[in-house]
Amino acid sequence: MIGMLYARMRRFLRRILTRPRIDLPLAMGLLALATVGLVTLYSAGGGDLGLVGGQAARFVLGAALLLLISRIPPTVLRSWTPWLYAGSTALLVVVALLGEGRGADRWLDLGFMRFQPSELLKLTMPMMAAWYLHPRQLPPSWKDMAVVGLLIAIPGGLIAKQPDLGTALLVAAAGAFALFLSGVAWWRIGLLLGIAAGMVPVGWHFMHQYQRDRVLTLLNPEADPLGNGWHIIQSQIAVGSGGVFGKGWTHGTQSRLDFLPEHTTDFIFAVFSEEFGLVGVVCLLALYAFIIGRCLWIAMEARDTYSRLLAGAIAMSFFVYVFVNGGMIAGMLPVVGVPLPFVSYGGTSAVSLLSGFGVLMSIHANRKMHD
Amino acid sequence: MKRRRALKDPRGEAALFQRRSLVGFALIVLGLIALSGRFFYLQVMRHDEFVTRSENNRVKPKVIPPARGLIYDRNGVLLADNVPAFRLEVVPEQVPDMSAMLAQIGAVVPLDPDDVADFRKRLKQSRRFENVPLKMHLSEDDIARFAINRWRFPGVDVVPYLTRHYPYGELFAHVIGYVGRIDADDLKRLDPDRYQGTSHVGRSGIERSYEDVLHGTPGYELVEVNADGRTQRVLETHAPVPGKNLYLSIDVRIQKATMAAFDGRAGSAVAIDPRNGQVLAMVSVPSFDPNLFVNGISSADYKALTTAPDKPLYNRALRGVYPPGSTVKPFLALGGLAYGVRRPEDTVLSTGEFCLPGASRCYRDDKRGGDGVVDMVKAIEKSTNTYFYKLALDLGIDRLSDWMGRFGFGRKTGIDLDGEENGVLPSRDWKMAHSRQPWYPGETIIAGIGQGYWAVTPLQLAHAVSILAGKGIPRAPRLVMATQDGVDAPRQPLPNPPTGPSLVTDPAHLDVIKQGMEAVVTSGTGAKQFIGFPLVVAGKSGTAERFSRTSSAYDTNKNTAYLAARHRAWFEAFAPADDPKISVVAMLEAGAWGAEAAGPIVRTVMESWLATQGGAPVKSQPPAAAPAPLAPDQPEDMPVPAEGGTTP
Repeated sequence: MIGMLYARMRRFLRRILTRPRIDLPLAMGLLALATVGLVTLYSAGGGDLGLVGGQAARFVLGAALLLLISRIPPTVLRSWTPWLYAGSTALLVVVALLGEGRGADRWLDLGFMRFQPSELLKLTMPMMAAWYLHPRQLPPSWKDMAVVGLLIAIPGGLIAKQPDLGTALLVAAAGAFALFLSGVAWWRIGLLLGIAAGMVPVGWHFMHQYQRDRVLTLLNPEADPLGNGWHIIQSQIAVGSGGVFGKGWTHGTQSRLDFLPEHTTDFIFAVFSEEFGLVGVVCLLALYAFIIGRCLWIAMEARDTYSRLLAGAIAMSFFVYVFVNGGMIAGMLPVVGVPLPFVSYGGTSAVSLLSGFGVLMSIHANRKMHD
Repeated sequence: MKRRRALKDPRGEAALFQRRSLVGFALIVLGLIALSGRFFYLQVMRHDEFVTRSENNRVKPKVIPPARGLIYDRNGVLLADNVPAFRLEVVPEQVPDMSAMLAQIGAVVPLDPDDVADFRKRLKQSRRFENVPLKMHLSEDDIARFAINRWRFPGVDVVPYLTRHYPYGELFAHVIGYVGRIDADDLKRLDPDRYQGTSHVGRSGIERSYEDVLHGTPGYELVEVNADGRTQRVLETHAPVPGKNLYLSIDVRIQKATMAAFDGRAGSAVAIDPRNGQVLAMVSVPSFDPNLFVNGISSADYKALTTAPDKPLYNRALRGVYPPGSTVKPFLALGGLAYGVRRPEDTVLSTGEFCLPGASRCYRDDKRGGDGVVDMVKAIEKSTNTYFYKLALDLGIDRLSDWMGRFGFGRKTGIDLDGEENGVLPSRDWKMAHSRQPWYPGETIIAGIGQGYWAVTPLQLAHAVSILAGKGIPRAPRLVMATQDGVDAPRQPLPNPPTGPSLVTDPAHLDVIKQGMEAVVTSGTGAKQFIGFPLVVAGKSGTAERFSRTSSAYDTNKNTAYLAARHRAWFEAFAPADDPKISVVAMLEAGAWGAEAAGPIVRTVMESWLATQGGAPVKSQPPAAAPAPLAPDQPEDMPVPAEGGTTP
C-alpha cells in the first residue's frame, strides 16, 4: 500500500521535473513583465539591490510553484477544489478569531512567516465557482446563480470584515467572472447590476469612516492636502509630470524625494509613469492586454467547462488588478490596497499570481485537440 | 412550460463560452483604453501643470500649530497663558543616521530616556516632512551648548514654541487642570491631522474637558527648500485658527479668599450663583502646582505628589465622597411638605431617643435629653434628629430617595469637568445592586440624618443647595461662562438653561425651609458664625462620622482635636435669604463640629463675594480666635450610628 503510494508519488514528481508543459507566449509575456517589474523596483527603491534581489527570489519561488502546478491535470485540480476552498475559507475564520495586524486583522503568524489567507481565495474562489458550475446545465439557473453567489459571499464577507476591501473585491470579482463566463443571460446581469447600484447607499452605511474619507477625498483631494489627499495629489503629480516620454529611468523626482508614499508597493505604477511616460504606460498596458488575451485564448481552447471557467476567471481578475491599481494612481478610483501585478514589491501577491498562471499552464497542456 | 435537457450540450457551451470570452476581452480592452485615456489626460493635457507642481515639490508644506485658547476668570484675569519657550526639533529626512545622532546629542543637551522613547514613537507616526520635537522647554544652558555644537547635527534645530503657563499655580490646579506632552496613548485617540505640530494636550480639568474648544485648527505655510532641505523662503501662508479663549465664571478674588480660609486643612468648598448655575469658586485643599506637569514632571516631584499623605492631586470637590450628615435635613423637610406627610406646624417630642415602634433598638438625639417639642422650623434650627428619624420613616425610603434624587444626589451634576463621582443616594435598588440585600427600616431612619449609605461630593451638595436657593429650579453647575474667538472679539456667553421645571410646587413650602435655615444662622447651630454679617443668611451645618463607631454611647471625650479626627465638618448656606445670589458649601475632612469648623469658611467666601459686588468688606467676627477647646454650649448636630457600630 505504502509502496504503491510512494511509486505513484515518484512517477508524479518525475513527470513534473522531466517534461515542461509551458505555454511559450504566456511565459514570455510573464518574463517580460517580471523584468519590467524588477527594473522599475530598482528605481523606485532608490537603487536598493537587496530589494530587487528579494523580489527576484520571490519570482523564482513563484516560478517553481508555477511549474509544479502546471503538472497537475485540471481533472485532479477539480477533484481537490472543494477541499481547497473549504480549507482556505476555514483559515479566514481562524484569522477572524485570532488574526493579528495593526488595525486590520489579516495576518496569521506561523512563527517563521506571516501569511495572509485571503490571498489563497484569489485562486480557490474561481476554482470553486468553476467546480460548482462544471456539471450543471449552462447557462446557469437562478438557483445555481444563488449558490455561486453564496459561495462568493462567505469568504468575501470574511475578508471585507478584516477589513480589506481591496482583496474582498478581487475575490468576489473572480467568482463573479466565472459566473459571467458561464453565460448568464444579459438581462439577468443587467438586473443584478441594477440591484447592486441600488445597494450602494446601503454599502456606504456599512463602510468604515476611513474608507468613506478615501472616497470623499477622491472627489476633492485638494481639500485635505496634508492628510488623505496627499497620496492622490502626489501620485497624480508623478504621473502628470512624466509627460509623453517620461523623465527617464531612475530620474523620477517624485519618488526620489519621497513625495510619493508607498512608492515601492501600491504606488509603484506612478513611479513607472513618471519615468517612462505615456509611451511606457501604453506599452505596459499593452503587455498586460497581451497576457490577458493569451489567457482567454487558453480558456477558449480548454477541454471542459471547469477548465474554461477557471482560466477565464483568472484572466479577467488579472485585469481587475491592473485596472484598479492604475485607476487608483491616476486618481480615478479610491485608494485601496491593490498591488500592480509583478511590478509592486511584495511576496504574497507575486507567488499567488504565479500559482494562478500555473493553473493556466496546466489547462493549456490539457487542452482539447482541435477538430 | 419547463424546458429541461437531460444531457449537457458541450458544443453549445463551448460556443457560449467563446462568445462570452470575446465580449469579456472587448470589455477589458475598453477598460484599458479608458485607463490609457486617463493617463493621456494627465500626461499630455495637464502635463505642464503637473511639471510645475512637481518642480514646486521643492516647496514643502510646513504645519503651523494653532495657539491654544487662553483662560480667564469672569473679570478677564488671565488664568492660563501661553509663554514662549524653546525646544529641540528634528527633521527626520535630513538626519543620515538617527541612532548615531541620538547617541551623540545626549552629551550636548541632556536627554531623559522618556524624551527619547517619546521621540521614537512620534517619529514612526509623523510624515516625512514633519519636524519632530525631541526635548521640550530647553534651559538657557541647553540652548547655548547646542548653539556651539549645531554644525555637528544637521537636521536638528532649536525652535521657539508657545508653552502653557498657569500664573496662579496651585490656586486653580483642580479647576483648570493642566496640559501635558502628547504621549503614545494620546496619539491613538487624537485626530492626527488636527494635532499636526501640536505638542501638548489638555490632561485634566477645564484644559481637558474643553480640549476641542481650546485647541484650534492648524494652518500651514508652503516653504521653498533647497537641496539640503533648508528653508529658503515662505511662499504661501495659511494661518492657523487659534483655539477659543474661555471665560470662567470663577472670580479670582473669591477663589483666593476661599483657598486661604482653609489654612491648609484638607477639604473643599464650592460656591455657585443659584440664578444661573455659574460656579463662583471651587477649591480643593491641598493643591499642587500645575506648571510642574506642562513640560514633563520630574520623577522626584511626581513621587512627592503621589505619596503625600493628604493627596494633593485628589480633587475633593469633584471626586471626594463623604456622608453629608445633617446638611440633608432641609431637603428632607421640603420633601415632607411636598409629599404632604408633614405640615410645618406638626410637632415631635424629642426626648433624646427615638425607638422604632415594637423594636428595642433606639436612635439617639445628639443632645442628651432632647430638644423638647419641636416643629419643622425648630427642628431644622436645632438639627433635631428625632424629628427627621420620624419624617424619614413616614416618607419611606422610596419617596425619600426619589425626592433627594431630584436634587441631583447619587449622580453626576453634569458640571463641565470630566471625572465627577456619582456618590451614593441610598435606595432599595442601590442596596440590592450593591450588596444583594433587602432594605431595612432602620436604614431609612439613619438616612433621615444623612448617615448610613449616603455619600455626596461637595460639588453635589453645592448643586443641591443652589437648586434650593434658586427657587427649586434645577440647573447644572457651569465653570465656563463664555467663549471668545480672539482677544478683541466679543465674548459669546454659553447659555445654561434649567434642566427641568422647578421642584417646588408651593412657594410657601420653600419659605418654611428658609425660615428654619435662617434660624440656624440667627439662633441655631450656626449662630456664632455670622454675627455682624450684613446679609440675611440661610444655612445648615452638618457633622458626619468618618469612622463607624463601636458603641452607641454618647461621646464623653469632648476634646476638639479628638473629635476633629473623627468627624467631617460641613456647612451649607445661601444669601441673601430672600433673594439668593450665592450659595456655598464648605467641607473639612477633619473638623470637630460642622458649624464651628466649616461655618467660618462659608462666611469668608460670602464676604469675599460681597466685596466683589461692591459691598463693603466685612470684618470677620469669629466667636473666638482659635477653635474652642471644648464642645460649645449649643449642641451641634452630631452623627448617630444605627445600632452601635453597623454604620458602613
